[in-house]
Amino acid sequence: MIAALALAAVLPLADPAEERRAQDLEREIRCVVCENEPISQSTADIATDMRNLVRERIKAGDSDDQIRTFFADRYGDFVLLRPRMDASTIALWGAPVALLLLGAGLIVMVRRQSAGATLEPDVRDGDR
Amino acid sequence: MIAELGGFLGLLALVLALSQGALGLVGGHRDDARLSAAAAAAAQACAVALLVSFAALIALFVRSDFSVAVVANNSHTFKPLIYKIAGVWGNHEGSMLLWCLISATFGAMMANLRGGISQGVWSRAVGIQGLVTAAALAYTLFLSSPFARLDPAPLQGGDLNPLLQDPALAIHPPMLYLGYVGMSAPFSLALGALIAGQVDQGWARAVRPWALAAWTFLTIGIALGSYWAYYELGWGGWWFWDPVENASFMPWLAAAALLHSAIVTERRGSLASWTILLAILAFGLALLGTFLVRSGVLTSVHAFAVDPRRGVAVLTMLAVALGAGLALYAWRAPSLARPAGFVAVSRDGALLANNLGLAVATGTVLVGTLYPLLVDAISNEIISVGPPYFNATFGPLMAAMFVILPFAPFLTWRKGDAAYAARQLWLAGAVAVAGLVAVALLWKGAFWVSIGVGLGLWLIVGAFTYVWKRWGQGGARTPARLLALPLAVWAMSLAHAGLGVMTIGAVAETGFRSEKSVRLAPGESTDFAGRTVKLLSVDQIEGPNYYGDRARLDVSLPGKAPQRAAPERRLYPAAGSGTSEVAILSDWTGDYYIALGEPSRTDGGQAGWTVRLYKNPLVHLIFVGALMMALGGVCAMTGLARARRRAPAPEPAAQGGAPQPVAAE
Repeated sequence: MIAALALAAVLPLADPAEERRAQDLEREIRCVVCENEPISQSTADIATDMRNLVRERIKAGDSDDQIRTFFADRYGDFVLLRPRMDASTIALWGAPVALLLLGAGLIVMVRRQSAGATLEPDVRDGDR
Repeated sequence: MIAELGGFLGLLALVLALSQGALGLVGGHRDDARLSAAAAAAAQACAVALLVSFAALIALFVRSDFSVAVVANNSHTFKPLIYKIAGVWGNHEGSMLLWCLISATFGAMMANLRGGISQGVWSRAVGIQGLVTAAALAYTLFLSSPFARLDPAPLQGGDLNPLLQDPALAIHPPMLYLGYVGMSAPFSLALGALIAGQVDQGWARAVRPWALAAWTFLTIGIALGSYWAYYELGWGGWWFWDPVENASFMPWLAAAALLHSAIVTERRGSLASWTILLAILAFGLALLGTFLVRSGVLTSVHAFAVDPRRGVAVLTMLAVALGAGLALYAWRAPSLARPAGFVAVSRDGALLANNLGLAVATGTVLVGTLYPLLVDAISNEIISVGPPYFNATFGPLMAAMFVILPFAPFLTWRKGDAAYAARQLWLAGAVAVAGLVAVALLWKGAFWVSIGVGLGLWLIVGAFTYVWKRWGQGGARTPARLLALPLAVWAMSLAHAGLGVMTIGAVAETGFRSEKSVRLAPGESTDFAGRTVKLLSVDQIEGPNYYGDRARLDVSLPGKAPQRAAPERRLYPAAGSGTSEVAILSDWTGDYYIALGEPSRTDGGQAGWTVRLYKNPLVHLIFVGALMMALGGVCAMTGLARARRRAPAPEPAAQGGAPQPVAAE
């Protein structure tokens, strides 16, 4: 009643392990016409086509990385919800480690300046 | 008339907020109690004026006065009353007025409750809060007025986005805004203290309830949004690391860091400088969240260019607030430096680790959210940063924090005994390892899930081990003594156990969910996740402002009577868009989730329907965990209020010297 009949179904793969891989990949490939949705959730026709494409590539024996590259080559890096590690994303992937090192370094630095006194436990709240 | 009254009261509130700002700051500077009292009175009058102004906007929506642009664009006469009211904040202009109302209300509360802080800090804080309200109000009235008229008035309105016509989403924005704007109170107190040059334990004590309140409201708001996404968007997801979600998550993380560091500053006087910085940054993140959501810059950088004035105005507010805050901080921070006065293994040290972890987590979410904008600006390439990035970075960080967390309550301040804490936690450790091994053995390959389940159990049992210990302290474990435990103990344990419960739900759902999409003609059935689903019929339905299709399905376990499920697809003609009302069959193992898809042809060529089936194991634990965290926040606030009534003066500084036992809160 509401929409025209959809074009093609997404058929599950026979091997459960392969089906699992397909579903995992479909969650990290972005639908090209929707607003921030992976193809796994989108009901758009193109998402259905893309899901079938994932399954075709798996049947053809491609690895997960090959399939990601396949989609990035076709639609651009935009479709990869898992950003690739390359020159333009080095700061992205490095940020958590850099922040952690920076924070830990700052703490060590501040504590060095104020080290020295011997300390006794400060018992409160009825701890111990 | 009502619209003009609302607009006039808004302008009046703007004048009052500006006077509140001037009087509060000058009163604090001159140490003139009369000026400060006048600022407090202005704060209250401002809140009342905005309350009436906001009530006027509600009245316009209830009366469906389509001569007002916001009402015409977002309401409809056929809409149920609750959604006419919810429509007030379901749009940009109305939600900005709500923002102002909340800011003014917090200003009035701050004016009423001085707490333990000095007259000078309090007066300036009330003044800063007035300026925050004034800035938001100026933006609302001059760049996005909810009272603008439309001529000629249309006969019928454009309706609220149907996805938002939902009970959870009716209260989601007010909760979120209470959290966002709640962060303005610690910000005002921080700036007030920096200007006055008085950051002490009494100040930290005054900040804690505000930080707790903001965090609790954000917890409820985010959880409601997540729950709504789960049952309304029709694909069984509850968190997608969407930029709009991240915009609310960053202030939440910062508020969590703040409420922990404020405990250290209150008790021990240390970390004062960091606590101040967090209060400033957390409000900055709340403003950034408002900017990201309201400017449309996230959906597309080009949407921003359509009406850049609004985005630029919010960005200017953000720059001024952060700039002023950080400049004051840079000016005063050197005088705030105190000797740390604790060794690494101590309550202080554990809370510092908590803050490091939460700060890095906040930074990671910030980088991940803004990175696509940055890359686009620099190289014109469009990339996406989605869940895989956040799971890979955020997950290990949280895991490391969760390992440390249960130790913290068993460590004494200043210098703790790790071996003692470990001995106390033997049961939690044993349960965690048993859970981890059991999951790893039962479900091969579920490595991450087993780690997550282990950590979740570690948090839950660890939290209740602390309650058990406190219960047995200084007497027999009688029920009366359990109830007499300080609320602070319950608050902390509930929140931390809630984190564990949520972790288990999140990893189980992510690791073990399964889905199936089938086409069924009436009478056909399919097997999925241990049950048989049979489509009986699909009927047309009609609601007050929508029409659509409702499927009747029988879902049965082998040998059991079938359960009826009735998912719907609705179309809202006024808004020109539809929603999916899913059917969820819950039991303790999780949800069996059914969404009705498009009409289609089955493989046999019959006219049928696409039916999407999901099994979401333990998904309810996510929301139970969030509820426990929010309850923990409420308990903590109640505990603080009680302690304050008992002992209004802040505790003396405890820097060095002999350990002094202090009564529990």
